[in-house]
Amino acid sequence: MTILINPDNQEKESLQPKGLIRYFSFSLDHKVIGIQYLVCGFLFYLIGGTLASAIRIELASPMSDFMPRDVYNQVLTLHGTIMIFLWIVPVVNGAFGNYLIPFYVGARDMAFPRLNAVAFWLIPPSGLMLITSYFIDGAAQAGWTAYPPLSITTPASGQIIWILSVLLLGGSSIFGGINFIATILKLRRPDLKLMQLPMYCWAMLGTSILIVLSTPVLAGTLILLSFDIVANTGFFNPVLGGNVVVYQHLFWFYSHPAVYIMVLPAFGLVSEILPVHCRKPLFGYTTMVFSIMGIVVLGLVVWAHHMFTSGTPPWMRLFFTIATAFIAVPTGIKFFNWVATMWGGKISINSAILFSCGFILNFVFGGITGVALAQVPFDIHVHDTYFVVAHFHYIVYGGSVFVIFSSIYHWFPKVTGKLLNERLGILHFAITFIGFNLCFAPQHWLGLNGMPRRVAEYDPQFQLINQVSSLGALLMAISTIPFLINIILSLKGGKDAGDNPWNALTPEWLTTSPPPVENWQGEAPLVKEPYGYGKPILLETKNT
Amino acid sequence: MLNKNYLIIIISAIFGISFWIGINVNLLPAEASINAPIYDELFKILFIIGLILFIGMSLIVIYSLFKFRRTNGQKGDGIALEGNLKLEIIWTVIPSIIVLIVGLYSYNIYDRMGGMNGLNNNHEMMHNNGEKIWAGISQNSNNENGIGNLNIEVSAMQFAFLFNYPNGQFISGELHVPVNEKISIKMESKDVIHAFWVPEFRIKQDIIPGQPTILNFTPTKVGKYPIICAELCGPYHGGMRASIIVEEPSDYQNWFNQNKKTNV
Repeated sequence: MTILINPDNQEKESLQPKGLIRYFSFSLDHKVIGIQYLVCGFLFYLIGGTLASAIRIELASPMSDFMPRDVYNQVLTLHGTIMIFLWIVPVVNGAFGNYLIPFYVGARDMAFPRLNAVAFWLIPPSGLMLITSYFIDGAAQAGWTAYPPLSITTPASGQIIWILSVLLLGGSSIFGGINFIATILKLRRPDLKLMQLPMYCWAMLGTSILIVLSTPVLAGTLILLSFDIVANTGFFNPVLGGNVVVYQHLFWFYSHPAVYIMVLPAFGLVSEILPVHCRKPLFGYTTMVFSIMGIVVLGLVVWAHHMFTSGTPPWMRLFFTIATAFIAVPTGIKFFNWVATMWGGKISINSAILFSCGFILNFVFGGITGVALAQVPFDIHVHDTYFVVAHFHYIVYGGSVFVIFSSIYHWFPKVTGKLLNERLGILHFAITFIGFNLCFAPQHWLGLNGMPRRVAEYDPQFQLINQVSSLGALLMAISTIPFLINIILSLKGGKDAGDNPWNALTPEWLTTSPPPVENWQGEAPLVKEPYGYGKPILLETKNT
Repeated sequence: MLNKNYLIIIISAIFGISFWIGINVNLLPAEASINAPIYDELFKILFIIGLILFIGMSLIVIYSLFKFRRTNGQKGDGIALEGNLKLEIIWTVIPSIIVLIVGLYSYNIYDRMGGMNGLNNNHEMMHNNGEKIWAGISQNSNNENGIGNLNIEVSAMQFAFLFNYPNGQFISGELHVPVNEKISIKMESKDVIHAFWVPEFRIKQDIIPGQPTILNFTPTKVGKYPIICAELCGPYHGGMRASIIVEEPSDYQNWFNQNKKTNV
């Protein structure tokens, strides 16, 4: 039993404001909410990027001379928190998930439209609250990991606001996760089998399971931490008999899966983009599905690899080494399958495909350093150094953020009905790719040779390499300019895209651009082969 | 499509280049403890495997972008190839084997560093008068609960390390140790979490408040090396550094005698 016409949609049609104002309203339309997530996330990305620039300016010289030391720690804490909780997680899940999942399951909206709107509207206030804390008594300054006892001993107001903000964002994430699970499993049209769904649905199903299982653990942990701060309890405070290592276990029980919460949806998006522009079916659909689920299961049992130097017992080090290293297997399968998807295709070289290929190269690199970091003896030396900073930026920036840009180039015509300028797009890609690698590749060397992370001052022998890295960061900052110009120009006077400029087969392209409120005029099409490129029967219908 | 001979040449070139870079490019600082050469051996192997995979994948992606790009006016789709069970089994099994071998090898390395034996079998151990002591990472002796010949107590606080020499009843701001001798340091934190990292020794151990931790190491090269706090500990975290001075035993003894309290 599936309800194809959601009763909320009647209301949606009549009561919702039209035009630009609807993006500032409590809209129940999944497409509006998706755009709200994306634009809101991008604004926070600009703020987080400004903070990153401040960090790289400080590190262009070995002395702490650009900002006070405690402000530096606030900046790095805010940078990490904003980029994770307000940019990547909301965008790869909330933005693209909301926009695409109802199309993919043949529904006219998400399962719980009101919960959906609530989930989004939790984000702007908590983000603003987090940033405002800087102006009250200084923001949190214990890093995004908020390890006690440091987080207990630094000024309380900033830390408490940080906790409240992350709790709200976690709540938003859980609401979203529940909504996606319900939509994919229960709102799917009955004649559409699970194994016929586009890969992004599987990625979102896996991610949502991770969110629902692990985010509550973070919430509980942070509530206990807030008790330690405001009520002088001793859950983690060692002075009162607490155990700080327990905090680390609980924190990473969420925060390692958080990496997959940022990366699995990106995997799903790439799986949508590559077949369209390569004109080939997604290679190895079934193994892709199983590897997503494999990553979900393994991703839950690897958290202690963040704690190899925290006094964990040897059996634990061994177990988490092996579990972590084995994540490389399902992840590797996905990469081989994507390359096989490209092989023998007819690839249109455009911004979307370039960002996707950039993602593959960056992520393979970050994955290789990740397998190395999983090995306890290797990790002992480089833990908490710039090697780790470089590694995870290759995963979350080189991975997820590259995919976000690729997806924007791919779906912009669907959302707006306009095409983006390809020259500007390719320029954007070139500057981003060069800047990113210039910024983060040298940091591996810094970490190996003795530069710890989260420092405002360092050994002068590292100055040159740090300046190279800062130059890369400058390029990354510049790269947003052609992107923004492109968006603005194309919105105003871009070429008409038509309904399906890429000749894609997934269901969102089989409606008008932009789609109507009910997603399809009339009945939703049944797409059993979302990747049926190169098949003779489909070719005829496609070319008409 | 690629000719078989070309493929063999390219694959051997990738292996050759990776091995050459892995063996000749040194990305690590000087080796100054027993652990360091063992660590560097592991690093080299991982570096070579990583290079082979990365260069290989990059070449395939870039080659595909050129070879299979759509030329102007070209219409239609690529071949409708939806999968290949044999290929997919191959690239599941081979990475699994590589990961397994790397895992076993790094276990062996860790064992040679002393991570798996003696003291560390009991994560926490009772020491002296029932005081609980945690075992740090890194190599330790095969006897006597892993306590080395020289005992030094390290206090970490915001934002300094202090080194207490109980045998001489004095406290130093620098850590002096004799070369080629097993050193045991007992580390305690007075406030927040710190970490004891000597890059040239390839060892790092968090110093966790409420968990006195023993760390063993054997320096092998005379010199002065930085001790770096690697765990964010507050505003001056970046400045929390000290030095470890590895000396010939006679030099060390002179230094020790100059500093020790005379009544000892």
